[in-house]
Amino acid sequence: MRQGRLERRAAMATLLAGRDDDLLVVPGLGSTCWDLAAAGDNDRNFYLWGAMGGAAMIGLGLALAQPKRRVAVITGDGEMLMGLGALATIGIQRPANLAVIVFDNGVYGETGMQPSHTQSGVDLLKVAGACGIGICLDVRDEAGLADLAKRLKGLRATLFARVLIEASDPPRVLPERDGVVLKQRFRAAIGIES
Amino acid sequence: MTEPSINWPDQLFATFKRAGIRQVGYVPDAGHARLIDRCRADAEIRDVVLTTEEEGVALAAGAWLGGERSALLMQSSGLGNCINMLSLARTCRFPLLMLITMRGEWQEFNPWQEPMGSIVEPVLKLCEAEIFRARTPDDVEGMAERAVQLAFGDERIAAVLLSQELIGKKVWTK
Repeated sequence: MRQGRLERRAAMATLLAGRDDDLLVVPGLGSTCWDLAAAGDNDRNFYLWGAMGGAAMIGLGLALAQPKRRVAVITGDGEMLMGLGALATIGIQRPANLAVIVFDNGVYGETGMQPSHTQSGVDLLKVAGACGIGICLDVRDEAGLADLAKRLKGLRATLFARVLIEASDPPRVLPERDGVVLKQRFRAAIGIES
Repeated sequence: MTEPSINWPDQLFATFKRAGIRQVGYVPDAGHARLIDRCRADAEIRDVVLTTEEEGVALAAGAWLGGERSALLMQSSGLGNCINMLSLARTCRFPLLMLITMRGEWQEFNPWQEPMGSIVEPVLKLCEAEIFRARTPDDVEGMAERAVQLAFGDERIAAVLLSQELIGKKVWTK
């Protein structure tokens, strides 16, 4: 475990503290999904139990469809690496209501803590910036996290944030896993008739 | 290639408009060039150029979560890039309307297109997609309309395969 990094569950709780009904959240599969569930279940969460590499693109489709609401994709470094092209796609669409936040611990936590590319120098922040995402935040401490939480409440431009977290493995908190249920309750919560 | 009597790309565009399609994901493709141009020129349709087709499967899921209908354009090789992401559509029953231009069949010049082109239908079948195979310009509109109904009415994967005869022979100019 790298010292001095943020703890993932606390980081998620800080980002979602005082969450309003206009914030829609899509985690990646695995650890960020459990983190999101641990922060409190919400019909406006669309938990992923699979579709690795797809979180940011689900966020993009959702952000384009719901321009008056804010969308936060909160995923891990491994999940983001699998869908790196999504940053290029988002970089040219740039919906003002989309934030892509990567909890970067440099390891694949779900599979036994094998090192990810970010541990060996791949810099997701630079990738996001090079893809044209204008606001790229390097979040390393509580102050940075508080700033990100504040920006999330008043999102006005596409944002990317890398949150450096420690490589911990807190107990799993498992949300609903029936995909149809998750989809229907999400749509109902934001007022879409089925 | 002679101008076909029926302009099926324009018919597909008209089908999109009637269906209320608001997002169109695509990887640039010669067979879909006309349809892509029409979508790009339309103020109500958000055209989303993708780096790989699987992004479009996730995009379509997000669009539906947000209450919008979308379509995904690709050529046959792109289906191979989508397979695991199709789990998202199947597990959650997201509507997924796919229009796939076929390569690797009639008058194909490039043998590298054949392995994927030849397994598009069985792969889609294994993924529980409803498959429509358009061989002539007359087939396209009716099949597209039916695919729209199936995708958005039944929340299913529906794929219209546009045969290579429809698109014409690829002209190699370089």
